[in-house]
Amino acid sequence: MKRIQKKFSELKEKGEKALVGFVTAGDPNPEISLQMIQAMCEAGLDVLELGIPFSDPTADGPVIQRSSGRALKMGVNLKRVLEMTTEIRKGTEIPIILFSYYNPILTYGNEAFYRDAVQAGADGVLIVDLPPEESDEMTSCWAGNGLDLIRLFAPTTPADRMRKIAETASGFLYLVSKTGVTGSAGLDTGDVGRHTRTLQSVTGLPICVGFGISTAEHVSAVARAADGVVIGSAFERLIEENIENPDLIAVMENRVKEYKAATRLG
Amino acid sequence: MSTQSAALKTGETVDARAYPDANGHFGPYGGRYVAETLMPALLELEAAYHRYRDDAGFQKEFRALLNHYAGRPTPLFYAARLSEHLGGAKIYLKREDLTHTGAHKINNTLGQALLARYMGKKKVIAETGAGQHGVATATVAALFGMECKVFMGTEDVRRQAPNVRRMELLGAEVAPVSSGAGTLKDAMNEALRYWVGAVEDTFYVIGSVAGPHPYPAMVRDFQRVIGDEARKQVMEIAGRLPDMLVACVGGGSNAMGLFYPFLKDEEVEIVGVEAAGAGVETGKHAATLGAGGVGVLHGSKSYVLQDLNGQIQEAHSISAGLDYPGVGPEHSLLKDLKRVRYESIDDDQAVHAFKTLCKLEGIIPALESSHALARAMMEAKDRSEDDIILVNLSGRGDKDLSILSDYEKAKAGESTI
Repeated sequence: MKRIQKKFSELKEKGEKALVGFVTAGDPNPEISLQMIQAMCEAGLDVLELGIPFSDPTADGPVIQRSSGRALKMGVNLKRVLEMTTEIRKGTEIPIILFSYYNPILTYGNEAFYRDAVQAGADGVLIVDLPPEESDEMTSCWAGNGLDLIRLFAPTTPADRMRKIAETASGFLYLVSKTGVTGSAGLDTGDVGRHTRTLQSVTGLPICVGFGISTAEHVSAVARAADGVVIGSAFERLIEENIENPDLIAVMENRVKEYKAATRLG
Repeated sequence: MSTQSAALKTGETVDARAYPDANGHFGPYGGRYVAETLMPALLELEAAYHRYRDDAGFQKEFRALLNHYAGRPTPLFYAARLSEHLGGAKIYLKREDLTHTGAHKINNTLGQALLARYMGKKKVIAETGAGQHGVATATVAALFGMECKVFMGTEDVRRQAPNVRRMELLGAEVAPVSSGAGTLKDAMNEALRYWVGAVEDTFYVIGSVAGPHPYPAMVRDFQRVIGDEARKQVMEIAGRLPDMLVACVGGGSNAMGLFYPFLKDEEVEIVGVEAAGAGVETGKHAATLGAGGVGVLHGSKSYVLQDLNGQIQEAHSISAGLDYPGVGPEHSLLKDLKRVRYESIDDDQAVHAFKTLCKLEGIIPALESSHALARAMMEAKDRSEDDIILVNLSGRGDKDLSILSDYEKAKAGESTI
């Protein structure tokens, strides 16, 4: 069984929802980033979303823009992220999703990317600026089904479009909680519940909800409606606030535990 | 590598006017590379655009606005003293600088704002580099009573201050963007981010033949009035088609507007002029087609300036309107098809052309347009006086006077060292 599928069925048995953590690879620097990610996986992340930094992240708010900028300054590129993936995979069976804009992958080469990502131990890829209308050019270069292309759904996506996109999805579905960039304020858990139910009516795959989820209260509210909760900007903000703190890794571990506890609905 | 595979094979014969296809692709270029949140809005826009493109009422209203508000048709002016000075081909200037707001940008903003009104949208946003598109958007927003917000890089806010003041007087809110180098690319990033959050009631007026489908085709169609008029005018004046068309290319809307109606006229040579900045060899330039590779930026696939890891690089040009590391996807196709030749002119050459036109014809051209003019001046010298070169004078240069002073100060500094 594929790692993503296995993880969600294990969680279901335990009566838990998935804590999906996004971290920009190489922020604040590649060494600390690797140790920190390994510690976060150990502390209870269920799925890791590893962000590939990009110069022009148009779907991201200021927090992830800055984290991407810090990683780029450290010379992080796709090749380096794949090396980190290999390292992370050595110590854990956590599903790893590579999170990217399309241009770094296109430049690397779609065929080479598939081969190297699978070899590194990645399980899926999520590309924010590659809607289904454009994704065939990438997936048609893939030699096998070793990677799930994680499809995105937005509050603006009409039901019939949801159905069409869901038909091509695998792994899990990523529902964007609200219109806006990552880290936007004003999460409306009522809206999230409504959109999740619409999406549930067109898919049997797990649904994870992300964007603007920052507190343990948000996590438990969203966990009631969906199968997983994605935290991105909140982790990156914490990295930024503790960038000089020698206990950065411990701070991150504690936050993971706090969020994870909120996904165990008792 | 994908950079190569995306390009058309040389010698492949394709009717460039058959593009884009149903999914907004210009051969291997174009498309819609955007967040899912924006996709429904782009599909809605495409449907509306197709509906009104063929709607007599819409077209009539658009035409009336172009004529009575923007001041079209613009003249095709024979630059006699300049041509005599160069001692070769006759240079004709398509006077887009004479439109209301002083650049070709108004053609497109009138079209898009009208479309926004037909679609029932009351808020518009725009990105701007030199400020000309921002001013043109603020202008039509005032005309139509719409709320307007313009994103502009902080570097451009500094070097194009008069246009910031204009936009504010016209009732628009100017949002300075400090990320990156604070130029057009960053302004467009921020406009896209804002749009993701406001997409349900806001129309994004993109200023060039760039961005996701349907913008490249739609902006071209709103700008083709330049080429349609020029074609008719040159036939009336000279009794034949020009030997060469020249226009500057940043994103490429004034060039696409001029070129499009001439694409099938094989005898007409077409040259697009990019900004070579401090020189293409210095790396400080904006020659996207000349020195870039294939990539995805701001919603479409096209040539971009990028490093080996697919990170977008900063462009450099004395002209804020050409200071952009991307280019419209249709230009990428026309380059591959070899229907248009893309060359570049550096800062010094552009400034020289700027000053020459001021002195010989009493016309102050935009620094953007001065790039096209410089290329035409080089060409004219080597051609017979029977030849005709038609240059798109896409905008006027009042906005560039402080840039010119800074440039001259920097040059004076260089020469005393």
